[in-house]
Amino acid sequence: MSSLARMRLWGMIRKESLQILRDPSSIAIAFVMPVVLLFLFGYGVSLDAKHIPVGIVIEQPDSATQSLVGAFERSEFFRPLHFDAIQTAQQALDEREIEGIVWLRNNFSARLLSGHEAPIGVIINGVDSNQANITQGYIQGTWLAWLGHYAESRGQPRAMPVSLEQRVWFNAALSSRLFLVPGLIAIIMTLIGSLLTAMVVAREWERGTMEALMVTPLHRGEILAGKLIPYFVLGMGGMLFSVALAVWQFDVPLRGSFWLLMLSSALFMLVALAIGLLISIVSKNQFVAGQLAIIVTFLPAFILSGFLFDIHSMPGWIQLITHLVPARYFVAILQTLFLAGDVWPVVLANMGALLIILLFFFTLVWRKFRKRLE
Amino acid sequence: MHFRTIFALAIKEFLALLRDKRSRFVIIVPPIIQLLVFSFAASYDLNDVPVAIYNEDRGGAARELVSRIEGSPNFQIIAYIDSDSDVAPLIDNRDVLLVLHIGQHFSADLIQGTSAPLLAILDGRNSNTAMVAMNYLRSILLDYNRSWLESQGNIGPQVTLQTRAWYNENLQSRWFIVPGIVGLLILVVTLLVTALSVAREREAGTFDQLLVTPLRPLEILIGKAIPGIVIGLLEATLIIVLMVIFFDIPLRGSLGALYLGILLFLLSAVGVGLMISAIAVTQQQAVLGAFLFLVPAVILSGFSTPIANMPQFVQWLTYLDPLRYFLVVVRGVMLEGNGYALLINQYWPMAIIGVVTLALAGWLFRHRMY
Repeated sequence: MSSLARMRLWGMIRKESLQILRDPSSIAIAFVMPVVLLFLFGYGVSLDAKHIPVGIVIEQPDSATQSLVGAFERSEFFRPLHFDAIQTAQQALDEREIEGIVWLRNNFSARLLSGHEAPIGVIINGVDSNQANITQGYIQGTWLAWLGHYAESRGQPRAMPVSLEQRVWFNAALSSRLFLVPGLIAIIMTLIGSLLTAMVVAREWERGTMEALMVTPLHRGEILAGKLIPYFVLGMGGMLFSVALAVWQFDVPLRGSFWLLMLSSALFMLVALAIGLLISIVSKNQFVAGQLAIIVTFLPAFILSGFLFDIHSMPGWIQLITHLVPARYFVAILQTLFLAGDVWPVVLANMGALLIILLFFFTLVWRKFRKRLE
Repeated sequence: MHFRTIFALAIKEFLALLRDKRSRFVIIVPPIIQLLVFSFAASYDLNDVPVAIYNEDRGGAARELVSRIEGSPNFQIIAYIDSDSDVAPLIDNRDVLLVLHIGQHFSADLIQGTSAPLLAILDGRNSNTAMVAMNYLRSILLDYNRSWLESQGNIGPQVTLQTRAWYNENLQSRWFIVPGIVGLLILVVTLLVTALSVAREREAGTFDQLLVTPLRPLEILIGKAIPGIVIGLLEATLIIVLMVIFFDIPLRGSLGALYLGILLFLLSAVGVGLMISAIAVTQQQAVLGAFLFLVPAVILSGFSTPIANMPQFVQWLTYLDPLRYFLVVVRGVMLEGNGYALLINQYWPMAIIGVVTLALAGWLFRHRMY
């Protein structure tokens, strides 16, 4: 590179950096957004339910029902509320005051003592099915534990001969924060890389300053590099900041190598930037660029990346689509590097996929971005 | 109030928005594609969870247990392994989510009547998925235990659970998530349409011209709000029709209650959008501002994670989020069959958010001059 070319590129980078620094909204999206998101996800969002309000209806209280109710009262998963009749409990369920009802009919103890089948009625509000499944699991667990004690106390055979022990690797306490926070980094970088770049470059087209750039002696590559480098630096800054918050503020372990994390993040950042540039070139208008960036990058990163919903359980044709979502590969890398460590087969395969996507989008950007007026 | 001029302004707003072919396209096509893709994708239910069986027991009881797992639609056995060292690579590489270890004495213990333990090793990288898979395994074991006891003629206390789920009888995740996507999509479209409307004119300098016309700020506000509300209403209708036809989501409650909710929700979304637009100097700031609102609004709405699980402080924050109320309305009407009376506590907060944000936007029109 001749000294003249270096000067031209440097001037271009300087212009873009000034543009970023002058507009507070760019800084906001790079540094305020990560803080807001990480705090919301780190402290706010959780899939771990505790103190679920359940209604308990006991039509004829006695010692057997009392021990069962005691089991619910002792459990940290429930906050039992007592109702006199099933009708009032059902009304509370309708009004969303309670999530479920445990109902012991008046012949419960009589049937239990006489050796007949004694059913416990359970009604759950199924609208939030995931929550309902969890609630149901907890009710089942409480019931099984009670059944075991009850059988033992009366010298009866074990209710459940097979017992299941679980060992959860990488996240023994099953804390949802540990997988949500690393996944968020992918979303934050998608926002910085694609949304910000798409908007900024679309603005140049809209205002006609892109045409002004075209009449300068700058080459196509220099214009592109000048646009990419400042946003790359901004994005990696936001990323480092998020990792620091994740590790020091939210106690997410970083079990893999820091440099591997940086390398894969740099790769993903470039992909996000390339997509942002492509969107701006195709749309040339800030409204369309904003909409497209949200629709093709942010929402897929949220829903199709495996960040929240399991990809393996999606229908086949959607699993195919997820392969086109770069965040999918990055989320897999992040969750592995943070929680599991340097698992080379996982990291390399996903980095390879990101590299292919990167080459594809750069070729497209290169072809579409011509120094030519329409 | 000059209805003719307000009407003319609204027409101008529509034209500014729909004149461009690409703008028309992004308002209509992507939301529909997203509804289709996301509705199939966004589910917490698992099927064909890949598992490996590590069976050290040659007895019939263990064989019977394995065949039950094989027969379950939730699990897919992809490997049988026979040493401890095989476990780590399978889990580390994400080849399986779960390894079930059946110890050497499993069948013997079971026959003797002592406790027969099993060990499940799970990949906890996504702890929710791990927990859901564990629940599936538990219910297989519950059945297994019951039929084992019956086959032994060995009957303990006969207490059973009879569980019924209301409103979403088969506990399908899709019934919960798809109505949420309606709220998400119309919020995105309305917010962007309105957030850019004032900022675009500010950037082009035409907003100052608008302010010196005989139109009063209130009238400008109404003219700017109409396109967002109309587009939001049309989009919501389209999405709800698709939802009922394609995804078989029931529509059990009254349409009137649903549309009242949609209208109030749109009012609040338009209010927030116009407020952002009035604050922003450039379109870029408006889009980024819309984003700074949108992302927390989605996360705090209870769209994907329950509000009840959030700490108290964050729960207070959710009261500022119009999407929070709207999601209760859509799910309430569609699944629970709610009418106006049960939803009144969701309607008025949206109305207040709408009125306050619109008033602020109108005030900012005048008081923010550059």
